[in-house]
Amino acid sequence: MGKVIVITSGKGGVGKTTTTANLGTGLAATGQRVCLVDTDIGLRNLDVVMGLENRIVYDLLDVVEGNCRLRQALIKDKHFGDSLVLLPAAQTREKDAVKPEQMRELMAQLREDYDFVILDSPAGIEHGFKNAIAGADTAIVVTTPEISAVRDADRIIGLLEAAELYDPQLIINRVRPDMVRKGDMMDIDDIDDILAISILGVIPDDQDIIVSTNRGETVVTDKKSRPGQAYRNVVRRILGEEVPFMNLQERKVMHWFKKILSGEAQ
Amino acid sequence: MFEFITRLFGGSEGSKNKAKERLRLVLVHDRASLSPGLVEALEEELIQVISKYLEIDEEGLEVNFDEGDDSVALIANIPVKNVKRKM
Repeated sequence: MGKVIVITSGKGGVGKTTTTANLGTGLAATGQRVCLVDTDIGLRNLDVVMGLENRIVYDLLDVVEGNCRLRQALIKDKHFGDSLVLLPAAQTREKDAVKPEQMRELMAQLREDYDFVILDSPAGIEHGFKNAIAGADTAIVVTTPEISAVRDADRIIGLLEAAELYDPQLIINRVRPDMVRKGDMMDIDDIDDILAISILGVIPDDQDIIVSTNRGETVVTDKKSRPGQAYRNVVRRILGEEVPFMNLQERKVMHWFKKILSGEAQ
Repeated sequence: MFEFITRLFGGSEGSKNKAKERLRLVLVHDRASLSPGLVEALEEELIQVISKYLEIDEEGLEVNFDEGDDSVALIANIPVKNVKRKM
């Protein structure tokens, strides 16, 4: 029986979709069988981030409404084939086209075949959010170190607990070490202090993310990339390993040096 | 320039502290309004406890959060009708 994880945030634009794509790919790279589900009906994007936009035939709604079999709608990843698949969102329908009960049923089916089902939730706290969390076992909340995003994360944590999804974990995305060093950006301790939930990972802001997304690739499999390393660490933590947080204060050049010297440790 | 030098020597106060302070306050309000039931339950228990010692105007009771510069206080306004005689 697989585990269903919902990736959510409240605020839009903090990197939910990128996080979903990277964690999914990262888990698949460790040999897990993974299904990604885009629940952002009307604003689908997980397909382009994964570079699979040209392969879509059926979508989530087709499955729910019985226009196709589940298997027909699952798109195989370019690199991992059967062990990493995407169920895309419908692009031309309303957010309330799917019901929480239908999502629960779908998740029950998917968890039979996959070790991990990762749901990319829409921004906001309305219908789409409620659908996305309906069939989930656990939640990962994504935030950036900005006041608005942290505030919304706090609200989402409250709503998740109200929906009996206890102990959500936090990913702090787009941390800028230079600004943290100057005291101009909240760091992991500050956010931990305020939200008081367990932190699953810290992802540095890096142009690698934009470059790889442009190409329809995920950064998690790029051994040389800092955010890639950060995502790989999150994947290992999801799998139950204890991995210390990356030292973001370390200069990039030093990081490269260490990599070269150690022949890409971990 | 001065700011730059103080920052250089680590005695700085970056803008993150301002962000933290503002966030703390806004979250107190958000969290309280997220569960109005919590404030209500607090009011009810306050009435129970205080009524042991004082006769109070239950209708006039008010409970609010008040924000200072870097702290948040719970302010309860409890109109007293009568002090109870000791048993």
